Amino acid sequence: MLRTARVADSEEPRAAGLAGKPPSETAAPAARRIEELDSVVIRFVGDSGDGMQLTGTEFSRAVAKAGHDYSTHPDYPSEIRAPAGTLFGVSGFQIQYSSRPVFTSGDAVDVLVAMNPAALKTNLADVRRGGIVIVNAGAFTEGNLSKAGYLEDPLGDMSGYRIYEIDISELTENALANSGLSKKDAARCKNYFALGLMLCLYSRPLGREIDEIRAKFSKKPAFAEANVTALRAGYAYAEATEMFETGYQVRQRSAVPGTYRSITGNVATALGFVAASERSGVPLFLGSYPITPATDILHELSALRNFKVTTFQAEDEIAAICSAIGAAYGGSLALTATSGPGMALKTEALGLAVMLELPLVVVNVQRGGPSTGLPTKIEQSDLLQAVYGRNGECPVPVIAARSPADAFECAIEAFRIAVHYMTPVILLSDGGIGNAAEPWLIPDVEDLPTLDVNFRTEAEGFHAYARDARLARPWVRPGTPGLEHRIGGLEKDFLTGAISQDPLNHQRMVEVRAQKVDGIAEELPKLQIAGPEAADLLVIGWGSTYGAIAHACEEAAAAGKSVSHVHLRHLNPLPRDLGDILDRFKTILVPELNLGQLSKLLRERYLREVVPLCKVQGRPFKVAEIVERIAELC
Amino acid sequence: MNQIAETVPLTKKHFESDQEIRWCPGCGDYMVLALIQKLLPTLGIARENFAFISGIGCSSRFPYYMNTYGMHSIHGRAPAIASGLKMTRPDLSVWVVTGDGDALAIGGNHFIHAMRRNVDLKIILLNNRIYGLTKGQMSPTSELGKKTKSTPLGNIDRPFGPVALALGAGASFVARTVDNDLVHMGEVLRRAATHRGTAFVEVFQNCAVFNDGAYAAITGKATRQDSRLQLEHGKPMVFGKDRDKGIRLRGLTPEVVTLGEAGVTEADLLIHDETQSNSVFAYLISQFEAPPCFPVPIGVFRALTTPTYDELNIELNEQVRASKGRGELSSLLNSGETWTID
Repeated sequence: MLRTARVADSEEPRAAGLAGKPPSETAAPAARRIEELDSVVIRFVGDSGDGMQLTGTEFSRAVAKAGHDYSTHPDYPSEIRAPAGTLFGVSGFQIQYSSRPVFTSGDAVDVLVAMNPAALKTNLADVRRGGIVIVNAGAFTEGNLSKAGYLEDPLGDMSGYRIYEIDISELTENALANSGLSKKDAARCKNYFALGLMLCLYSRPLGREIDEIRAKFSKKPAFAEANVTALRAGYAYAEATEMFETGYQVRQRSAVPGTYRSITGNVATALGFVAASERSGVPLFLGSYPITPATDILHELSALRNFKVTTFQAEDEIAAICSAIGAAYGGSLALTATSGPGMALKTEALGLAVMLELPLVVVNVQRGGPSTGLPTKIEQSDLLQAVYGRNGECPVPVIAARSPADAFECAIEAFRIAVHYMTPVILLSDGGIGNAAEPWLIPDVEDLPTLDVNFRTEAEGFHAYARDARLARPWVRPGTPGLEHRIGGLEKDFLTGAISQDPLNHQRMVEVRAQKVDGIAEELPKLQIAGPEAADLLVIGWGSTYGAIAHACEEAAAAGKSVSHVHLRHLNPLPRDLGDILDRFKTILVPELNLGQLSKLLRERYLREVVPLCKVQGRPFKVAEIVERIAELC
Repeated sequence: MNQIAETVPLTKKHFESDQEIRWCPGCGDYMVLALIQKLLPTLGIARENFAFISGIGCSSRFPYYMNTYGMHSIHGRAPAIASGLKMTRPDLSVWVVTGDGDALAIGGNHFIHAMRRNVDLKIILLNNRIYGLTKGQMSPTSELGKKTKSTPLGNIDRPFGPVALALGAGASFVARTVDNDLVHMGEVLRRAATHRGTAFVEVFQNCAVFNDGAYAAITGKATRQDSRLQLEHGKPMVFGKDRDKGIRLRGLTPEVVTLGEAGVTEADLLIHDETQSNSVFAYLISQFEAPPCFPVPIGVFRALTTPTYDELNIELNEQVRASKGRGELSSLLNSGETWTID
């Protein structure tokens, strides 16, 4: 493993109980040792009302500006505001940042900031032995302890961890005593106290964050100033207290030069679609129904009316895809975005799009299933649904994004396939990619691919289902004189598109639809193999497991294992060179956040045994879990 | 819209496709098709700017017979597809042809929401009160007690009225006509075609095979004058073979009265007003059910001028573009907080 963050090991005496001690504004900062780290994993956890997502996001922003690579994992409950103090109301945000490329939000937590007993109870097991635990001691009341199911105060025995008890509630309240804010409003600022504390401890400057707060709360200046005060108080507290004998600094990173921004998968997906529209000159349409964790795509595109973007919040998932089919028929780059249950509802309409042979992109930001499942958690269990889940012989190309930044390229690729082959395309993302953020090297617009869109206007020799070299039929916008024609879900004549019940024509049409989708593989670039071209073990993955697999393979290779990694973007059709690649490896390991769906596809396609590694816990892989399996196999 | 691309004046012939019509002999759908083919060339809209979208069912075969752009889609979803088309192509005249099962059962949700939004669609519902394509099951408009293949002991599934439903959903144009009154249907369809916003027309349509005579009282020569009430804006509600019957309102309760009896004159009768934005009035008359109680109203129940969804959408786009300027991709990608590494 690359992470070398090493704080002094476990059996340190418990830090002196400074809970409640106010920071001395005048005290000289403690002469603190600064320890240099390569990488650190920090997790902020609290009640869903404690603002931990905000604290985490702001902390990420601060490290991003310092040029670190990072990856985040927001983990929040599906309840909007669960009862305070309960175990199921705990919301968390994890970030790993590093001087080297970061692939995941990290396995074991180096620093846990827990705002209440429930947060401690549900997260302590993930903290590595000897790790730092900072708790808001003020929230460890009898009531909160009992809500968290603690029979006695856990802070009494925290051996194996470096525990810092700080009464963040009271310190925040004291700092805001003269702010004029009610006690309740003042309490809401404690996440900024925690942020200030962590910024100081990890040697990040305060000034930018203050600007940030003032900009964010520009419409509520009193609240902005209260947050700034809380932030400063937290920072000053960490600076002044003798509690922390060491501060930390993650070493600078030598990243690819360029301009970066922080981006989540959902935002990247939305921007990719806008790029596809701008690069093709064809307007974009999104028909969507709100569903976790895909809704941000709707939010993002709805704000972009100054581009050629139309968004439509439909009455249901079916109307969402149907409106997109209508828009595609009218000549827009049309898409719909959803998650598992919505995908199930869109199935019939997706079949219609296959029959109509219209370009359409369906984004499935996967979540835990089946049924309502785990709405806010990560899973990859809709792959077989994407590839097969329709009535009839109904081939649909499927691609998957591997990371938030990759989602941008995948969105463009999805429309490239849709438009060039006149077909619906499914783009798989997941809750991990959708909500996680990472730095994104902003591409130059001129370097983005262009999409070739030709609307047929020539009446001479027109047939609605005549095909080009890619077997794609012509795209005709209604309003084009002389090309009036009818299309529909009934089987149609091979050339004219008129209704046909002819048996041989049906077989011909079923086959040509399959050939068309299969032919997409002809134009795909060669697969990239990370590691040797032939070796003992090949690890194949798809989607958001990229980071964990890449990291695990690097680690295994560093330990002398003969292992390579291939990560698939195109899942239907599979790339042409995959078969040859499989032949060059003794063992194939397929880690997936499902019960082995890609494994099934690979076995079926290549008649090749593969070893699945399955995890369905609503959580991403830990690097160690994959490393362990690699070690068992080679 | 409104540009005639073809130099030859359009005729009904231009709107007939080469497809053989596959409705049963005697089906009311033929009349509707013929009238729409006759109407479209008179609207001043180029043929290529019409799009007909349908779902599934007998009526949904309609687009195949129109020589315009058209899509025969999936069951119940035509209003959603048509909405997406109209939203992105406001230059087109978009029509939905549907039936009682397609619009009111499987597609009920899209039907009401299209009308709520007031998307500029023409929705023609051919109501035969039966499932025809699946050969005779009760539909959401089948009468109580009706014996069908799926209700051999009589229907216990309470029906609803498409007109009342459309009014409840806030449709800006709601009308009803009958398949064998070509003059009336022609006029109603023309009104629908020229309405801005969702125009909903229910056509009482006879299914000669599975529900023959469903509207016999309203369409039969002998009875129709007494059993239907032809709505005319601004006119008192008079009906009957001898034009001697009328509708009077007592409080919120309507009643049938006879002119000349007990001193009743036309001045006592309810005046039809299709422009009331409050739906109470239109809803009240939509509740007039088949005889013997009340005559069944046909004609325009409501016609309101109110902004359409597609107009509002264009307006918003223009506002945003005026204030922010046309979006530029590079600035979008570089928006938010960025940092540079040298």
